[in-house]
Amino acid sequence: MRGVSKRFGATQALDAVDLDVQQGEVHALLGENGSGKSTLMRVLAGAIPPDEGEMVLDGQPYRPRNPIDARRAGIAMIHQELSLCPDLSVAENVLLGLEDASQGVIRKGRTRQRAQEALARLGYPDLDVDLPVRRLPIAVRQIVEIARSVALGSKVVVLDEPTSSLTQEDAARLFSVVEVLRREGHAIVYISHFLDEIKRIGDRLTVLRDGRSVATRAVTETDADEMVSLMVGRRIDTMYPRSSRTPGEEILRIEGLQGEKRPTRASLSLHRGEVLGIAGLNGSGRTELLRVIFGLDAIRSGRVRVGHHEGAAKPARRWEEGLGLLSEDRKAEGLALGMTIADNLTLTALDRLGRHGTVSPGRQLATGQEWVSRLAVRCQGPTQAVGELSGGNQQKVALARLLFHGVDVLLLDEPTRGIDVGSKEQIYGLIDQAALEGKAVLMVSSYLPELLGVCDRIAVMHKGVLGEAVRVEETDSERIIREATGA
Amino acid sequence: MTAGEAPTTEESGLVRRIAKRASLFNLAGLFIAWALVFAFFTWQIGLSFGGRANVETLFRQTTIVGLASLGATFIIVSGGIDLSVGSVVAFVTVVIARVVQAGHSPWVALAAGVAAGALAGLLNGVLITRLKVGAFIVTLGTLGLFRGIATGLANEQKIDAPETWLNEILATLGKSERWRLLPYGVWFTLGLAFLMSWILRRTVFGRHVVAVGSNEHAARLCGVPIDRVKLLVYVIGGITVGLAGLMQFSRLTVGDPTVARGLELDVIAAVVIGGASLSGGQGSIAGTLLGALLLSTIRSGASQMGLPNWVQDIVTGAIIVLSVTLDRFRTRQS
Repeated sequence: MRGVSKRFGATQALDAVDLDVQQGEVHALLGENGSGKSTLMRVLAGAIPPDEGEMVLDGQPYRPRNPIDARRAGIAMIHQELSLCPDLSVAENVLLGLEDASQGVIRKGRTRQRAQEALARLGYPDLDVDLPVRRLPIAVRQIVEIARSVALGSKVVVLDEPTSSLTQEDAARLFSVVEVLRREGHAIVYISHFLDEIKRIGDRLTVLRDGRSVATRAVTETDADEMVSLMVGRRIDTMYPRSSRTPGEEILRIEGLQGEKRPTRASLSLHRGEVLGIAGLNGSGRTELLRVIFGLDAIRSGRVRVGHHEGAAKPARRWEEGLGLLSEDRKAEGLALGMTIADNLTLTALDRLGRHGTVSPGRQLATGQEWVSRLAVRCQGPTQAVGELSGGNQQKVALARLLFHGVDVLLLDEPTRGIDVGSKEQIYGLIDQAALEGKAVLMVSSYLPELLGVCDRIAVMHKGVLGEAVRVEETDSERIIREATGA
Repeated sequence: MTAGEAPTTEESGLVRRIAKRASLFNLAGLFIAWALVFAFFTWQIGLSFGGRANVETLFRQTTIVGLASLGATFIIVSGGIDLSVGSVVAFVTVVIARVVQAGHSPWVALAAGVAAGALAGLLNGVLITRLKVGAFIVTLGTLGLFRGIATGLANEQKIDAPETWLNEILATLGKSERWRLLPYGVWFTLGLAFLMSWILRRTVFGRHVVAVGSNEHAARLCGVPIDRVKLLVYVIGGITVGLAGLMQFSRLTVGDPTVARGLELDVIAAVVIGGASLSGGQGSIAGTLLGALLLSTIRSGASQMGLPNWVQDIVTGAIIVLSVTLDRFRTRQS
């Protein structure tokens, strides 16, 4: 891949990226969240066309028009969300789309045999190929998907964070599968945040940062320190306001909290007038922590105390206790896109807008107007549908809901994801303002400079375990990345 | 099974064998359920219920829903739905009656009826794949459309047609015909069920139907021709509904544009009781037929016991919810 660029609206997702992967090589692709890794791989897989740049596969120009083109050309993508049909058997999944058949009737014996061969090559000769994939644990499903790319004769296999949902033993088995692929001469692109994994199985690595390829190194010639500094490599801007504030009484306390899947262990104490940040990799359990606290996901064990209220509660009760959640998924969960700004804003506190279960349209409108001007939401008026606003303005409405409700604790999940710089600055201002007024903020973000700029303390989540919250002056991005990646 | 224990180990051998036979267990469960219901009514009503004549009647009564459910199983396994079944059956009876009335041979009428069903299915399939509108909405629309066409074609009245051998396909067997055990129409349905079950399990097309319903995204990525599979599934559905219409005509000897209202709900119920999931990917022809048989046994038994229609409705409704709940519970266990 040479000089590949891609622009989405105002954001330059990829800026002249170079990537060169050889046969029989495990090439690691590193970068922080949002550095452009996924975009680059979507270009490679034919899911999106590049604006500029060219790709060459086996000496031939390679221009996939869609994912099927890419597959035929020999590019196999193994995503975290696997593309298997759970109701088909292992063998059928391996040969899906290239069935071994005569006159449309499947040759069952040959199908099983070919699937078994592919699996045997990967070191799984005993896997029952008649079993529906639905019955397999996630780690084995991944192997089935890799077996499919082997059966296809893929030249390039892309593994996108393959170990993020695996146990240690399963990850070790996966590494030996990757080793087989390398010996057989496949070119492997390996995306991972875990630096120790890269040291263990990678041959070379390329680091992406802010949509550019900043360096390519042989793994033996680099170390964790260099990898981290290549990934971070930027200065903290001056866009983060942080007034001097003193923490007040404790308002949220969790002890040994464990959810159904994640988090596995989390304790923290949040005080009024404080902003506490939670850093960590995607999938480490940060979002789940907020969801468990808010009652959206079940608590398996551990304690939650909000003010004087002890114990688990449903979201409706949490709102009454003065807790509000801003979802990371603004479009699907955070806002009702078809409803108006005023409706979205007042959804949690409709009972204040009228008597005996009625809602006064006048008061709703007035409230909408008030908050639209307070937060400078760019819109035609409070009756405009939220879906018609820009991402930044949508996010302001979502945040305004918490402020209008008058919550004491704001749980913010990626509050600035995918929004423009101007709106970001405003949201930082609102967070600071809320803390000054004695509210408490618990904020999850994948963007480290933002956490370092806004928070008073930062705790790091790693594989479901929440670390100790550290004062922001006593930590830095390298230390946080180390803790988040387990390096 | 947790992520840690791979199913390649010895301990999970038993779990594996059970899991592999899960569909068989499901069928056995359904059969036992049917046997219990059958035994209950025989106990309540007496041997007249369990006797040969009544069993024959049960099968005859199951045939119309059963035939329509065969195609519906393909549709539901592919992740789709067809709400127009009842209307298409009415449309087909009218077409057949018109053709017979015009003096054509019964064979021509039969072919015309099946072709009418296939065309209706083709229209459903084309609308769904070309317009990219959900199957629920499209077939909700064609439910009205085909009923309207049927009524118009029949000039808003029943169409009497002269008696032909078409009316004997599903007729009660006379004394001299008992060696056949069941009417031709029932045998035909069973034969077709075997064929379609084989297609679903053993052909590339059949597995593609399951793949599309199981994970459309993955199927597309693997080069499965999604739209062609869906189109074909609705045409097959239309053909079996056409055959169901033929059976309906055979029983009534008239083309009736008002017949089979709500049949689609019985059909969906039979498929779902038979172990299919409305989100696609799961379901079997044998299960569907057992589901249809279970429903008609309950209906027939309840009416022979003299229970009013509203009791039958309540029992049928409860059975549907219960069977699906049991199924969810069972899949969660494994």
